Amino acid sequence: MLGKLTWSAIPLDNPIEMGAVGLMGIVVLIVLGFVARYNLWLYLWKEWITTIDHKKIGIMYILMAMVMLLRGFVDAIMMRTQLAFSHGASHGYLPPEHYDQIFSAHGVIMIFFVAMPFVIGFMNVAVPLQIGARDVAFPFLNSISFWLTFVGMALVNLSLAIGEFGQAGWLAYPPLSELKYSPGSGIDYWIWSLQISGIGTLLTGVNFFVTIIKMRAPGMTFMRMPVFVWTILCTSILIMAAFPVLTATIGMLTLDRYLDFHFFSNDGGGNQMMYVNLIWAWGHPEVYILILPVFGVFSEVVSTYSGKRLFAYTSMVWATVAITFLSFVVWLHHFFTMGSGADVNAFFGISTMIIAIPTGVKIFNWLFTMYGGRVRYEPAMLWTIGFMVTFTIGGMTGVMMAVPGIDFVVHNSLFLIAHFHNVIIGGVVFGCFAGLNYWFPKMFGFRLESKWGTRSFWFWLVGFYFAFVPLYALGFMGATRRMEHYDNPAWVPYMWVALFGACLILCGIICSILQIVVSIRDRKQLMDVTGDVWGGRTLEWAISSPPPFYNFATTPVVGDAEPLWDAKQRGTIEREARDHYEDIHMPRNTGAGFIIAVFAGVFGFAMIWYIWWLAIISVIGIVLTLIIRTCNDDIDYYVPGEEVKRIEKAHFLKVASLETEKQHAD
Amino acid sequence: MNDFFRRMRRAKPLLILPLLLLSGCKWALMDPQGPVGEAEKSLIFTAVILMLIVVVPVIVLTLVFAWHFRASNKKAIYRPDFHHSVPIEIIVWVIPCLIILGLSILTWKTTHELDPYKKLASTKTPVQVEVVALDWKWLFIYPQLHIATVNEMAMPVGTPVDFKITSATVMNAFFIPRLGTQIYAMGGMQTELHLMADHPGTYQGLSANFSGDGFSGMRFNAIAADQAGFDAWVKKVRASGQTLDAQSYDQLAKPSENVPPAYYGSVNGDIFYGVISSFMGKAMSMKTPSETTTHSSSMSGM
Amino acid sequence: MPTDAVAAHGGHDHHHDHAQEQMDNKVFGFWLYLMTDCVLFATAFAGVAVNGHSYAGGPTGKDIFELNGVILETACLLISSVTYGFAMLGAYRHNKSQVMMWLAITFLFGLGFIGLEVKEFVHLVSEGNGPERSAFLSSFFLLVATHGCHVTAGLLWMGTLMFQMGVMGKPLNTTYMSRLTMLSLFWHFLDIVWIGVFTVVYLLGSMT
Repeated sequence: MLGKLTWSAIPLDNPIEMGAVGLMGIVVLIVLGFVARYNLWLYLWKEWITTIDHKKIGIMYILMAMVMLLRGFVDAIMMRTQLAFSHGASHGYLPPEHYDQIFSAHGVIMIFFVAMPFVIGFMNVAVPLQIGARDVAFPFLNSISFWLTFVGMALVNLSLAIGEFGQAGWLAYPPLSELKYSPGSGIDYWIWSLQISGIGTLLTGVNFFVTIIKMRAPGMTFMRMPVFVWTILCTSILIMAAFPVLTATIGMLTLDRYLDFHFFSNDGGGNQMMYVNLIWAWGHPEVYILILPVFGVFSEVVSTYSGKRLFAYTSMVWATVAITFLSFVVWLHHFFTMGSGADVNAFFGISTMIIAIPTGVKIFNWLFTMYGGRVRYEPAMLWTIGFMVTFTIGGMTGVMMAVPGIDFVVHNSLFLIAHFHNVIIGGVVFGCFAGLNYWFPKMFGFRLESKWGTRSFWFWLVGFYFAFVPLYALGFMGATRRMEHYDNPAWVPYMWVALFGACLILCGIICSILQIVVSIRDRKQLMDVTGDVWGGRTLEWAISSPPPFYNFATTPVVGDAEPLWDAKQRGTIEREARDHYEDIHMPRNTGAGFIIAVFAGVFGFAMIWYIWWLAIISVIGIVLTLIIRTCNDDIDYYVPGEEVKRIEKAHFLKVASLETEKQHAD
Repeated sequence: MNDFFRRMRRAKPLLILPLLLLSGCKWALMDPQGPVGEAEKSLIFTAVILMLIVVVPVIVLTLVFAWHFRASNKKAIYRPDFHHSVPIEIIVWVIPCLIILGLSILTWKTTHELDPYKKLASTKTPVQVEVVALDWKWLFIYPQLHIATVNEMAMPVGTPVDFKITSATVMNAFFIPRLGTQIYAMGGMQTELHLMADHPGTYQGLSANFSGDGFSGMRFNAIAADQAGFDAWVKKVRASGQTLDAQSYDQLAKPSENVPPAYYGSVNGDIFYGVISSFMGKAMSMKTPSETTTHSSSMSGM
Repeated sequence: MPTDAVAAHGGHDHHHDHAQEQMDNKVFGFWLYLMTDCVLFATAFAGVAVNGHSYAGGPTGKDIFELNGVILETACLLISSVTYGFAMLGAYRHNKSQVMMWLAITFLFGLGFIGLEVKEFVHLVSEGNGPERSAFLSSFFLLVATHGCHVTAGLLWMGTLMFQMGVMGKPLNTTYMSRLTMLSLFWHFLDIVWIGVFTVVYLLGSMT
C-alpha cells in the first residue's frame, strides 16, 4: 500500500537530523501562523501562487535561493566543524553515513537550489524590463518552471525527515549510486528532485531564448541589447543544449536502479565511464549557466556605478559567445585521471585553457570601464571589485588544473574544492549579492541600506579567504575531498583556520539578513521615488519602482545600446502621463502551474518510496491539469487604456510631488 | 576603507610570499619523492608563474582603479566617453593568447611525458604490482613474487613500479601523493600507472575517489626501501602463513573498514584477472532494495 | 507590438496581429523544445553507441531483431506522417471535418505502431531478453521505448485535440491552428528519429 515507506524512515535515532527537522518544522509553523494570523491565504493564492508575472516569479526564485543558502551553509559549517575535530583517535561528531549525506546535500542544494534559482530569479526580474517587454514569451510555462524547481527543493528537504539523502556526492557516480551499493532511498531523492527541477530549468531556457529573440522593443537590435541580456541569451542556449543530457543520464541511472537495466553497473556490460562523460557533458555547461548571468550582472553594475558606458561592448559580446561555445568542448577536464590517454587529455586540457582568454578579456573590459569613471562604493560595486580580484585567482587555479600533469596530483583533492568554491563564491555568490543590491529597489520600491551591506561584503570576502586558502594548501599536502576523518596532525591548524573562515562567512550572512530587516524597517527613508535610484542606463530604470504590472505603458523605441542614458542625454524622458494609452493585453493568473508541480512532487515522492498506485495517479493528475488548461479559452484579458493612464498619472504625480518636496528641503 | 586600500597597495610585494612559502615546505606535492612527482611539481611552478604575468597586474589594477577613480576623488581624470580602444583590445586579447599558447605547448608535451600508461625510463627491471580496490581497503598482489598484502606495499628505491589497477567494487582512485599521478580504479576494467621512488621512506597512499562509508579509512603505506630492505620486507610477507586464494579472497572482499596491514605469503590463482572477469558474462541482478551491500561472491567465474 | 508612432486605432486588427504573433512565438518555442528533445535522443543514441556491443554473453541484435515486424512498424509510422500531412492541408483550407478525419486515421496508424512495438517488447521479455539481460539490451530498450513514449504522448495530444475540436466544438482559430502545427512538428520529428532508430539500431544491429 505504501511501498517501501515505513515508520522507520523517520530518523528518530539521529538527534542531529531530528533537531534539523524540528527546526524546519518550527520555521514552517511560524510562517503558516503568520499567514493565518493576518489572513493572507487568499492574498497568497491570488498574488503569488497563481502569478505568471515574471517580476513576482523572479522574487520567489530569489527568496527560495536565499532560504536554501542558509540550509546549504549549515551543511558547510557542519563539515568544517567535523574536520576540525575528526583526526587521529577522534572521529568527530558525524558518523560517515551522515557526513556523506551532508556533503552530497550541500553540493546539490548550493548548485541546484541556491545558485540556479538565484540566477534564474535575476533573469526573470531583469530581462523583460531591459528589453522593453511586458513579460516573458510563455508566462504560464514560467510559472510551471518555478513551481517545479520549488518542488524539487521540497523533496530534498523532505529527505531530512523521511528517509535519507544520497550519499554518493552531488553527482552520484555509479556504481556507488547503483542499487547494489546504495540500496536506500537517498539516491532516489537525488534522482527525482533533480529530474523534476531540471524540467523546470529546461523550460526556462526555451522561454528566455524566445523572449529575447522575439520580444525586444523596436529598435533594439542584437548589438543594442544590454550585456546582461546577451549573457542570458547565451545561458539559455547552454540550458537548452545541456539539460536534456542530464535528464537522459539520470533517466538511465533510474532505469538501472528501478528496472535492473545495465547502463552503468559493473556487471552486465555496463559502463561507468559513460556516466562520467555524460554527466559532465551536462556538468560543465552547467557551471557556465551559473557564471554567465553574473558576468552580465557585473557588466551592468560596473557601468552604472562608474557612471560610464561599458568598455568594449562588442568585444564583450564576442567573448560571451566564445565562452558559450567553448564550454561544450572541455568536459573531460573533470576526469583527466580516468585514463583516457595523452592525446585526448591534452586536447581537453588545451581547450579548457582557451576559455581563460575570453574570460580574461571580460575582466579587462570591466577594469577599463572603471578607468576614467567616478566609482561609487555602493555594496553592489564592492561585491564586483571583490569578485574581480577573487575570481581571477580562482581562474588561475582552474587553468592550473587544466594541465593534466598538474591535475594528476590535485584531482579530487581539497585543492579542487578550493578552486571551485573560489570561482563559485567569488563569482556566482558575489554576483548574486551584487545583483540583489542592484535590482532590489526596482522590485520593491526602496533600496537596501548600505552599511550592513558593506559589512556583509567584508565578512564574506575575508571569510572566503580564511576558509579556502587553507584548503589550497591542504590539497598540496595530499588531502583528498569527501573525507570525514584524517590522520595527519599537520593538517589540523589549517582545518581550524578554515572553520574560522566559515564563521566569518556566517557573520556575513547574518549581516545580509540584518541588511534586509533594517531596510524594510527604514523603507521610507530608502525609498526609490523616480524608479531610477542609481542613475541607470538601461530600460528597467525608466519605469517606476516597483513597475506597474504591465511594465511599460507604451512600448519604448530604442536607438542606442543604453536607451535610458541616451534618452537622458537627449532630454527625451517622459515626465508626465500621455493623453491616450492603448489597451494592454495581459495573461491571467492561473493555479495550473502550481497544481502540476504539486502532482509532480507527489509523483517524485511516490517513485522514491515505490508507491506505484500514487505515482500513476499523480501522472494522470498532471496530464488532466494540462488538458483542462488547454481547454480553457479564458486565459487572457485586456487592461483598458484608461486604467493604464490612471496608473501612469499616479506615478508621475508622486514623482513630481516628492521632487518638489526635495527642492523645498534643499 | 580608505586605509584598507592604501595598505593593500603597499602589500603588493607580499604576493610573492606564498610562492616562497610553498617552495620551502614539506607538503607532499611540494616535496615529491620520485621523478613523476618532481615533474609535476615543476609543472605547477611553471604554470603559476606564467599566469601571474596576467593575474598580478589584473589584481593590482583592479584595486588601483577602484581606489583612484572613486567618486570622491575629483583629481582623477574623468573620461565618461572612454569606452573603446583598439590598442587596449589588442593587448588584452593577444597577451593572454600568447600565454595560453605557451601553456598549451607545455601541456601537450608534459601530458604525453606524464601519461600514466607510459613506462618510466630505467635500466632496472620494473616491479609488477596488481592493485585491487575493495570496500574499504587496498589489496596488492605481486605476480612475480607470488605474495600479496593488504593496505601496505613496498618497492625498491630507484626501481620503477608497474601498477595494474582495478576495482572489485565501486570507482576508487589509486594515489600516493608523494610519488605523483593518481588514476581511477574501476570494476571490470584495468588501468595502468607507472611510479618510482627516488628516496627511502614510508609514503601515505589513499583513495582519491569517494567510495562509501569506509572511504576515509582506505589508507595504505607505500614503503620505499633499498634493495636489501625490500628483500627483507618480501621475506616478512612470505613468512606469513596465509594464502590468498579464491576462498580467502572472498573473505577479504567482505566490507570492512580501517583495516590494518595484512600479509599473504603465497598466492593461488590469478586473483587479479578473476576480479576483472567476474564482471563479465551474464548480468547479475540484485533486485530487492532491502538487501544490504554485502559483496556477493564474485569468484564463481574462475 | 505597435509603438506610439503608429496611429492609434486599436480594434480587432491589432488584437488579431498580437494573437498571431503569440502563436508564432509558441511554434518557435515548440521548435526549440524539439531541438532539446533531439539532444535527449542523441544521449540515448550515445548509450547505444557505447553499450551497443556489450552483450554480456547474451543475445546480439541479429539474434533478436525481427525485421519484418520492424518494417511493418515503420510503414505505420511513415504512413501516419503522410496522413497527418493531409490533416494539415485540411487545416489550411479551414476544413474542420477533413482535419478530424485525417487525424483519426493518423491516430489509428500511430496506435498500430505502438501496438506492434509493445508486442515486440513483450516477446523479448518473455524470452528472457529484457533490458536487465545486458547493457546492449538496456540501451536498445531505452532508445526505442523513449521514442515509443513520445509517440504515445503524441497520440494523447492528438486524441485531446480531436475531443476539443469534435466533442467540445472548438473552432479552427489561431490557437488551434498553432496547436495542430506544433503537433505536426512533433509527429514528423518522431518520424525522423524513428528513421535513425531503424537504421542505427535495427539495420546495423542486425548485421553484427
